[in-house]
Amino acid sequence: MTDLSAGGIPAARPKSSLLTEDARTKKRNAAERRFKIYGLSAVLLGVAALVMLLISILGNGLSAFQQTYVTLQVELPAETLDKEGNRNRDEMAKVSTFGYSPLIAVAVENAVTEAGIETELSPQDQGDIISKEAAAQLRNFVLANPNVVGETITFEFLANGRIDGYLKDRVTRETAALDKNVSPGQLDLTDALQEAGILEQRFNWAFLTMPDASGQRPEAAGLGVAIMGSLYMMLIVLGLALPIGVAASIYLEEFAPKNRITDIIEVNISNLAAVPSIVFGILGLAIFINFAGLPQSAPIVGGLVLTLMTLPTIIIATRASLKSVPPSIRDAALGVGASKMQSVFHHVLPLAAPGILTGTIIGLAQALGETAPLLLIGMVAFVREYPSGPPEGFFDPASALPVQIYNWTQRSDPAFVERASGAIIVLLIFLVSMNALAIFLRRRFERRW
Amino acid sequence: MDDLRIVERDVDAKETKISAKNVQVYYGDNHAIKDVNVEIADKTVTAFIGPSGCGKSTFLRCINRMNDTIDVCRVEGDIAIDGEDIYDRKVDPVQLRAKVGMVFQKPNPFPKSIYDNIAYGPRIHGLAKNKADLDNIVEQSLRRGAIWDEVKDRLHEPGTGLSGGQQQRLCIARAVATEPEVLLMDEPCSALDPIATAQVEELIDELRQNYSVVIVTHSMQQAARVSQKTAFFHLGYLVEYGETGTIFTNPEDPRTESYITGRIG
Repeated sequence: MTDLSAGGIPAARPKSSLLTEDARTKKRNAAERRFKIYGLSAVLLGVAALVMLLISILGNGLSAFQQTYVTLQVELPAETLDKEGNRNRDEMAKVSTFGYSPLIAVAVENAVTEAGIETELSPQDQGDIISKEAAAQLRNFVLANPNVVGETITFEFLANGRIDGYLKDRVTRETAALDKNVSPGQLDLTDALQEAGILEQRFNWAFLTMPDASGQRPEAAGLGVAIMGSLYMMLIVLGLALPIGVAASIYLEEFAPKNRITDIIEVNISNLAAVPSIVFGILGLAIFINFAGLPQSAPIVGGLVLTLMTLPTIIIATRASLKSVPPSIRDAALGVGASKMQSVFHHVLPLAAPGILTGTIIGLAQALGETAPLLLIGMVAFVREYPSGPPEGFFDPASALPVQIYNWTQRSDPAFVERASGAIIVLLIFLVSMNALAIFLRRRFERRW
Repeated sequence: MDDLRIVERDVDAKETKISAKNVQVYYGDNHAIKDVNVEIADKTVTAFIGPSGCGKSTFLRCINRMNDTIDVCRVEGDIAIDGEDIYDRKVDPVQLRAKVGMVFQKPNPFPKSIYDNIAYGPRIHGLAKNKADLDNIVEQSLRRGAIWDEVKDRLHEPGTGLSGGQQQRLCIARAVATEPEVLLMDEPCSALDPIATAQVEELIDELRQNYSVVIVTHSMQQAARVSQKTAFFHLGYLVEYGETGTIFTNPEDPRTESYITGRIG
């Protein structure tokens, strides 16, 4: 402690007041203020983008949750629907939708007459305000309940997409005049039917439960098959990616020797996380479909591909949370004579669990929104059949939410814009609730000291 | 350094518990422990002193093979406990660590209840036959850790909620719960205030009745207060080893004298 004076005492600084900012302080403060402004404007930009996104999607898509229905009394004559008269479902199935369409047209005409509405439309045109899907709906209902044949029942029919669009201000009299699918006269009839209480708008549960419909029937298109397909895929991803990812991370983090090979593995896992998702789609197509012979469009293939895609995310998140467990806990466990595995499973893993859960759920959410790899394995197909229950359902064709959105945006009918936006809302609700669950779980488990 | 109180000591010849011969430790290319020979007696407190980085902690961690967890660490030479080579191929380090307990520099209770902290060791080693047995072990261990009275009413509260000194005594209680024969302490008081330190030192003196205690410390006063034997490490060498009284009052090696009088270190 003798060399302090060796350098000599520096010359005394000139006296300055603390009450006035000197030039350096001014410059520093200005830089700080500038930085705050940059940061704030970046945040505001982000918020503005989010708000714009939400406004555009909600504005386009909320109407998808409303649908126009027409309630009609429809007579189901036994002589046309069940010629044998024995209510045998297989024989009744021989009557196609063409057998049902005239019944609906008659029902519309009767309703119009009964309500005292005057119209110059032909019965054919009157019937066209009902969806083309209606005949199939009625047929399915009759086949499911054969005993209604011969009676007159009250049935709710989907209105045609153009009529639905008219009530949602998408179709106007000007556009109807140019449109071969709808005429201004039909719109007048719609107004009259609505006044008579025969035609009304209701919450559209069918949007969440019905399968997709063809391009001419946007009013009947629903997300049922897509939601089921996405759900199945998420089950597969969760069931495979979580155990594999956690096991791999525990091995790499706690057991693996640190050498060249583990270094290479680590680098490659990080690289895998950055591989474009469409590449995983090609891989799935080549391996799971062409080589392993799994069916196309099946949730099992989608799930496997998404598992491969999610694994790096889960591994990276799990390793980060394992790393963040203080080494003193491992020492403590080893010090009382716990084996390596006991120290990991009794002490390290429970402490890392919130991080692992968060990583897994975020990985799942990412997989839920992934589209590109699914396009390559055929999940973009038009699927109207619901997949059966798991596990057989994993091998049945299905769609997926993001692919369904992609699919609908490809179609020409403007009603599908509304459907696609509605599907985006559904997808966003799923994603937001998954992220909320991740936050909830993290809070919940972290509270345990 | 004339404030050292050298406590009266019973330094009758006791059985050797740990004997180390020609121990070398390497961290990669760094030769951290050079040629250490030492015989540590049973039912004695042995203190390791020396400047930072002299290898005393490293040597301590060799005794229960905690260095095995460090990939680059390599140990040569023989360390025997009761005449059995602990680096023998047949020795399972997990079994060894049940026999050689360890208390670390920073209190590191498990983020579980006080009860579970103590019960963990006995549980994994199957020391308790039933719940009552386990309760008994927990109580006895906490009593030996001199913390029973402070925590008996809140055994099911988290161990991490205790004060630093209490946490360290909890860790000592946790170490004794597995009935070890040797207790290694790596600077157990460095994170504690003087009052907690005094409590832990008192505890160490009691533990001497049953265990061979090896303690690494930066504080020479502490070494003088609690130990019967002292070993001075410097730059990886064991410079001097002998009775604490002799080391502090009449060291043979000039380096020991310099350290004790504060000229090096």
